[in-house]
Amino acid sequence: MSSPSSQSRKRDPPTPASEDPLSPPSQRSRAHDTSTELQPMPTSPAMDNSLFSSPMAPRSVLQSEIDASSPLMYGTPSSRVEGTPRSGIRGTPARQRPDLGSVRKAPQVDMHSEPPSGDAAAGSEQGTGAAGQRLVIWGTDVNVGTCKEKFQRFLQHFTDPNSKEDENAGLDLNEPLYMQKLDEISVVGEPVLNVNCSHIQTFDADLYRQLICYPQEVIPTFDMAVNELFFDRFPDSVLEHQIQVRPYSAVKTRNMRALNPEDIDQLITISGMVIRTSQLIPEMQEAFFRCQVCAFNTRVEVDRGRIAEPAVCRNCNTTHSLALVHNRSAFSDKQMIKLQESPEDMPAGQTPHTTVVYAHNDLVDKVQPGDRINITGIYRAAPMRLNPRQSQVKSVYKTHIDAIHFRKTDEKRLHGLDEDGDQKLFTKDRVAMLKELAAKPDVYERLSSALAPSIYEHEDIKKGILLQLFGGTRKDFSQTGRGNFRAEINILLCGDPGTSKSQLLQYVFNLVPRGQYTSGKGSSAVGLTAYVMKDPETRQLVLQTGALVLSDNGICCIDEFDKMSDSTRSVLHEVMEQQTLSIAKAGIICQLNARTSVLAAANPVESQWNPKKTTIENIQLPHTLLSRFDLIFLMLDPQDEAYDRRLAHHLVSLYYQSEEQIEEEHLDMAVLKDYIAFARTTVHPRLNEEASQALIEAYVDMRKIGSGRGMVSAYPRQLESLIRLSEAHAKVRFSSKVETIDVEEAKRLHREALKQSATDPRTGFVDISILTTGMSATARKRKEEVAQALKKLIQTKGKTPAMKYQQLFDDLRGQSEAAITKDMFDEALRALADEDYLTVTGKTVRLL
Amino acid sequence: MPTVHDWINNPLGVVDGMFAQSHSSPDWEKKVVEYFKEKLKLNDAHAWVPSLNDVPLHYLKPNSLVKFRCMVQDMFDPEFFMGVYEMNDPTSNSKQVKCGKYKDVTECGVDFNSRNTVTSERQTFYCVPIPGESQWVKESYAGTSQARVVPSTSYVPNRHKRSYEEDDEMDTQSQQMKDVSQGAHSSADSHGNMEPKRQETKAPSQDSSPSHCTSSLDLNFPLPGEKGPACLVKVYENWDSFKLNDMLEVFGILSVDPALSVIADEREASSLLDPTEGMETVEEQRVHSPPASLVPRLHMLHAQPLVHNNPLLPSSALENNGDHLGSVLGELASVRAELLTFFTHVLMGDSLAAEYLILHLISNVYSRRDVLPLGKFTLNLSGCPLSSPYTEHLYNVIQQLVPSSFRLCMSLHNMNNHRMVPRKDYTANRLMSGILQLANNTSLFLDETQLEQGQLDTTGVQNITALGNLISWQKVDYDFNYHQMEFPCNINVLIASEGRSLLPSDCQIHLRPTLNPPNLEEYLSAVQVAQVPSLINKYRIYLSMARALNYTISDEITKAVEEDFVEMRKDDPQSMSAEDLHRLLVVARLLSLSHGQNTLSRDGWMKAKQLEVLRISQTQQQKCLNGNEP
Repeated sequence: MSSPSSQSRKRDPPTPASEDPLSPPSQRSRAHDTSTELQPMPTSPAMDNSLFSSPMAPRSVLQSEIDASSPLMYGTPSSRVEGTPRSGIRGTPARQRPDLGSVRKAPQVDMHSEPPSGDAAAGSEQGTGAAGQRLVIWGTDVNVGTCKEKFQRFLQHFTDPNSKEDENAGLDLNEPLYMQKLDEISVVGEPVLNVNCSHIQTFDADLYRQLICYPQEVIPTFDMAVNELFFDRFPDSVLEHQIQVRPYSAVKTRNMRALNPEDIDQLITISGMVIRTSQLIPEMQEAFFRCQVCAFNTRVEVDRGRIAEPAVCRNCNTTHSLALVHNRSAFSDKQMIKLQESPEDMPAGQTPHTTVVYAHNDLVDKVQPGDRINITGIYRAAPMRLNPRQSQVKSVYKTHIDAIHFRKTDEKRLHGLDEDGDQKLFTKDRVAMLKELAAKPDVYERLSSALAPSIYEHEDIKKGILLQLFGGTRKDFSQTGRGNFRAEINILLCGDPGTSKSQLLQYVFNLVPRGQYTSGKGSSAVGLTAYVMKDPETRQLVLQTGALVLSDNGICCIDEFDKMSDSTRSVLHEVMEQQTLSIAKAGIICQLNARTSVLAAANPVESQWNPKKTTIENIQLPHTLLSRFDLIFLMLDPQDEAYDRRLAHHLVSLYYQSEEQIEEEHLDMAVLKDYIAFARTTVHPRLNEEASQALIEAYVDMRKIGSGRGMVSAYPRQLESLIRLSEAHAKVRFSSKVETIDVEEAKRLHREALKQSATDPRTGFVDISILTTGMSATARKRKEEVAQALKKLIQTKGKTPAMKYQQLFDDLRGQSEAAITKDMFDEALRALADEDYLTVTGKTVRLL
Repeated sequence: MPTVHDWINNPLGVVDGMFAQSHSSPDWEKKVVEYFKEKLKLNDAHAWVPSLNDVPLHYLKPNSLVKFRCMVQDMFDPEFFMGVYEMNDPTSNSKQVKCGKYKDVTECGVDFNSRNTVTSERQTFYCVPIPGESQWVKESYAGTSQARVVPSTSYVPNRHKRSYEEDDEMDTQSQQMKDVSQGAHSSADSHGNMEPKRQETKAPSQDSSPSHCTSSLDLNFPLPGEKGPACLVKVYENWDSFKLNDMLEVFGILSVDPALSVIADEREASSLLDPTEGMETVEEQRVHSPPASLVPRLHMLHAQPLVHNNPLLPSSALENNGDHLGSVLGELASVRAELLTFFTHVLMGDSLAAEYLILHLISNVYSRRDVLPLGKFTLNLSGCPLSSPYTEHLYNVIQQLVPSSFRLCMSLHNMNNHRMVPRKDYTANRLMSGILQLANNTSLFLDETQLEQGQLDTTGVQNITALGNLISWQKVDYDFNYHQMEFPCNINVLIASEGRSLLPSDCQIHLRPTLNPPNLEEYLSAVQVAQVPSLINKYRIYLSMARALNYTISDEITKAVEEDFVEMRKDDPQSMSAEDLHRLLVVARLLSLSHGQNTLSRDGWMKAKQLEVLRISQTQQQKCLNGNEP
């Protein structure tokens, strides 16, 4: 099928004789990259050596049936390596892997028609070293037979009893993992085997090294191995094409910034964010020409985007008689993807790097712009040609990655908790250091003082925020019908302007990895939740997420909470209790997770906090929203001399601290970050018996306080808050059990917060109903009294069907000993109207 | 003579020579860098290097050593290149190892299969001239340059002198620049003289490069109306130490190989043939490989981070120049007094506002405590006369004194249409600059008197938010489409407004004119003209100097300040909040620095307090006045 001319052209051997295949890999890879990538004809050396060409066999393209029946097509030199090829493999077409390099066909014909070339023989002689029969692929130290054998052994024997990957869900962890996956392939029929490189590394370090260094040679060998194994087990299985091995998470996972020339042609895994994808590019792999005179067919392979049109028909010797037949040419899908460094990997003050990734065949359109992905692929570099007609080149290489495997890191965030994506890897030393810190008795105080050191005092507020950073334990009650139980702690700070509330918010926002900062004034409901917009390029409707969704698993800091419009605030109701966000607009109906803690700051309505008013009256927020905050703190100017002195000292030292002290603190912030991250991922405390008892007691006590005065002083919501706070405190200690001390601290903090925010200014008692119903019990009682007085007044007037509003008000005022405001009067009227005793129309009051 | 300056005229020859000598040893690269560093250290050697800033590109010799004073505007992706390659010589049929470093293009006949090829990595920065750099800075730098530059095309050593003189405009210009730096004429005078001539110099250079670049290529300057060359700087080592918006003086080899431009021309043709070309969009191509005649390449040999861009001060760290410092400190008090009077005149007799203006101009973010920038002092100068020339004149005065500045008219149109925050353009893969991408210590003059009633659209609101963030936190959140990235900055913001500004500020002062000149414009220009250039130079040195002084506070004073704070709170807790103390500490710091003291004295503290009391009472009075008016 292939014309000898094209074949012979390809067989121009680069000088392999000079190569020592057993030289150290690093050195080798350097020479290798230049030899394979820079030569004008990107002919892999392996190709020239027909003796060892077996790994390339699966790449061959099978187009017509005539070809498929030919044994030549399965160019495995099976006689050398192993027994005859299985009929299973024979019946399944191989599929090219453009991801593994420039597409070439294996020179099957040559293997029989021509003796191995001298160069190849020389290569083999080099390869057979001391081991005698050890043959290696030219340019590497890979022996096909051994490599295949090793990989098969790996597939047959590797077990991973501690596997946590969700892809392995439903598999028996004590059985060989990949054999089960092969079973799966035979059932599902998707001929792709994803192999975790770290598994290979634990199983056979040498094989892993070879895979990393020579992916272009090793992966086809793997393909071959797995196909043999598969069709051995499932001879009758029908697959679309032969199984392709896709290794992923090469342990040398690095960020984009760390890539350097050493990595060229190696298998790498990097993470990043997709910023752009191109349209699908059909790339011609092989052109099909037919002679117009004698109908002789010939195929020409594409060589770096160019097709050398044969000038003379080899059959009839007519010149310029060959015409391209498009639909018999072979194409493959290709897509360009731009990947940008994820923001976390970037050093401060620099701009993110980008890399070009090529996706081939079924990896095309697997990712969308905005996705966070881990990509495994081969790093490539090609010289840039200044002018195709000149031999002068720009001395710069173009680099790209041929993708072999994609793995989205944020895929699961919409559905469940992404534990491994967030997990920071801590060194053993770091963990030991953190644990040592956790063992200190005053760790709680230490951490809280390390929080926002530039903000003075407000110890309890800092403690509250610290607990918020840790969060409670996530519990799932969906079986009992309660759904998820909120683990996030919400905090509201209110107080005078200029008490560094915003600064505290900024600090928290900078501290947590997934924080969002918005201002109530500037944010609308859509900005907080999500909105649908039309992508200008694709004309598709896309869902753009807002601050609350973006801060899923993080903290959403909302400044100027009071300035928020009512409609905006209303979306918070759902978020703050159910932790979800429902969206129904423009044909998109969905529920997004928004497991975010809310840290809000509000200013009093009258610019200065009025101590004579309740919290609700001061900040004018609906009580339905307030009751969703676990802790509400007042940040007031304490106005006392000792405090002033300490404050002054703090501020002055803030301004004039020496460099070293500043350094120290920066260290603290890093430690704090790690400490929180470690605790959040590893510690999941549960209540122990004593703690539960203590919580019950605390709750009962809280209820009792109020019941004495005929009011409710605690609701189940407060109990839940207490539980969350206790759990968070246990997390601070790295304790897996919530103990009494945790409950004690939770109680104390909760009480402090209540004392500040829920004290009834009229009576001086703590009254939770201020927060839960928006009105203190005494206020309610007074309202009742006024209504009764009004009723009595009306009754004394006898049978008058209608009265003047103003007159009634004056009468009531004159009668009552306490001052009655217009508001109170209106409220009383409304109360009576609710009783169906009277109606108010305009300025007249009618009895019913 | 030519041999002495070989390293300037033919640095590649030097590099190649050193490479040929010792490329087998691994540290030849270090040696090259050391060699050039040593050369530049020699007395005033760097003055001999022609600067891209003041010499038109077509006068510079390709592949010669040039310097460029610039700001890093964008960082491109790292690129791999052939550090060492082997060349087939077809004539002698021999092979030669060549060095590819500091070059864009290889020589003909590269042997791609050679084992001697070494792939190396380098980083490309897109650098623009320092945004908002004042004219006097440019002139002064150009004046100190001793480089002899002739059009490279007609380079004949014998006719060196003559051609230099023939180049009339060049000559007079540099002559005048020298004059300015020596202070022979009054600045306004020389300014006036120069105007037409500068037009002349600009005209030809515009023909040659910037004119057709504006049509085809956006050079991506942060500020509108900027001119000058942009440069692709290739960095070979330590690129991690450079940050976006850093000011640098780059010494490097100029590469304007026309072959580089061929790429752009033949793009269409080659993209059909070569799939590797297809991975870049047209926009990206245009940005990343613009024609070398417009955006020259500069292969960095040495770069000096600039702490400031004041040509009147030595560029190295100030601490090392004790004697210089001493001489300035001697007359500091008198300079300060002069400056105060000058400002008082400019501010129509309001000496308090003048005092605060000085404090503002020497403010500097010297440290950050978690999120809090320390040392910033945003001044809101309210009560500015609405007639627009006033703010313009005020800005002119400031521009004359600070090395870089920008006046932003906050008109509705500007707010709604300007791009303030830099934004990443993913199609072209570059950072589209915005007005707020400024180098450290740039003075940003916000003219709020230009704001009229009307509606701000989304962009307008975003711009206002960005300005607010800049003022409160000294940071700008660059827009990366999928996320935002925070870049700390250090920009002195002065807001001129009629009433209290809608933007936050650290300190508001209401202008109370005591003079009422009948013709404001005439008066102001008269005030400006009255200043002797030598004095203006002293002001310039003074402002840059005071900003860079070190400052400490003793324990004793700390105690006193604490006591004082407690006392003040006792009298009236409302009048003295923590915020006020913050401001008072900054004022005290700046006041001490402005007097050249690098520690806070009790006296200084009292003065700062008085100043604040005065200011607050003045603002309060204004409030009462306004309250009574309607």
